[in-house]
Amino acid sequence: MKAHYGYKDGSGDYFIIVDTEKCDGCGKCVNICPNGVLEIVENDFDIEGGKMAAVSEEHRKKIKYSCAPCKPISGERKPPPCILACEHNAITHSW
Amino acid sequence: MSGETGEFWKWKEYRYTMPGMDWHNAKIITAGVDIGSVGSKAVAMLDGELYAYAVKRTGGTSEETAVKVMNWALEGTGLKIENINYVVGTGYGRVNVPFANKTITEIACHARGAHYIYGPTVRTVLDVGGQDCKAIRCDEKGKVLSFLMNDKCAAGTGRGLEVFADLIGVPIEELGKVSLNVPEEPPPVSNTCVIFAKAEALALLRQGWPKEKVAAAYHLAMVNRIVDLLMKVGIEKDFAITGGVAKNIGIVSRLERILGIKPLEPKMDPILAGAIGAALFAKALYEKQLGLR
Repeated sequence: MKAHYGYKDGSGDYFIIVDTEKCDGCGKCVNICPNGVLEIVENDFDIEGGKMAAVSEEHRKKIKYSCAPCKPISGERKPPPCILACEHNAITHSW
Repeated sequence: MSGETGEFWKWKEYRYTMPGMDWHNAKIITAGVDIGSVGSKAVAMLDGELYAYAVKRTGGTSEETAVKVMNWALEGTGLKIENINYVVGTGYGRVNVPFANKTITEIACHARGAHYIYGPTVRTVLDVGGQDCKAIRCDEKGKVLSFLMNDKCAAGTGRGLEVFADLIGVPIEELGKVSLNVPEEPPPVSNTCVIFAKAEALALLRQGWPKEKVAAAYHLAMVNRIVDLLMKVGIEKDFAITGGVAKNIGIVSRLERILGIKPLEPKMDPILAGAIGAALFAKALYEKQLGLR
């Protein structure tokens, strides 16, 4: 399942997309995020359960700002650490 | 303004018991309670078939509303909350259902509920709730494949419609029909923010636009916003709409025109999708607990 966390507002689309088919809940992205945006939660979309990465409730409505330090608007723009840390390529950003 | 101001948003609460069903004969009795931001829904199901339900406006405290709406659904059936084998809570206030055995996110419940209401051909579910809007893609079993939720902003939600109903003084149930009563579609108002949209609508009213035309502009703005969201997860047939806004013909017919896809006709009240999904999960969880699956 592709879980889109975030929002769309007047300035654009801000979604972090976690693919639960790929995410095994290892937590590497959680540890590397400098702003504590991600967390490991129980996957309650599936009756089988399991762990998955998710954007924490606290950051869900402000990820444009929470993620800004990893997204410089000028100069070289590398993929953010959460995406690089994920060995299964389970995380994508929409912006 | 008349003394009736502030009452147009108040949609009617209701309950229903399916005739010809008796809970005494049921093997598994489950319930789903969906505490939304605006409306609270409770359903009781007998062996996975809808038995009784109630829909109420969510009151000040979710706990109280949860108990009230469940008891109202069971009213006259003789069934008590204690007789129910398993209860799943869902929705915005799901953690506040005191008698729930488990809580499940409303996204999974809406997909499951839409699967029950509209049948297994549903692939895209749009839930327009009181305070958010969810676009869900699901498979033939009602399992979520992809979802997107917009709960940061009230533009394109049921509460936005309630506010608008009050503004133009048309009861919320008739709003959709009124908005279609225009010779041609006016340009939409702003869809970035519900407050801006309301301010614009007010300005148009003051310019002398008839309320039907203003309603059309407002509905179109909402639909544009919803379509934007749907496009992000992608839309695949069959397409179904759940939540209270699914009953607004002004929204549904415009969605159909813009998307070029006709939404499925609901076999039962689409506002119940979340609660039905929760009750179905309750059945699966209870069977799992008994070791039946």
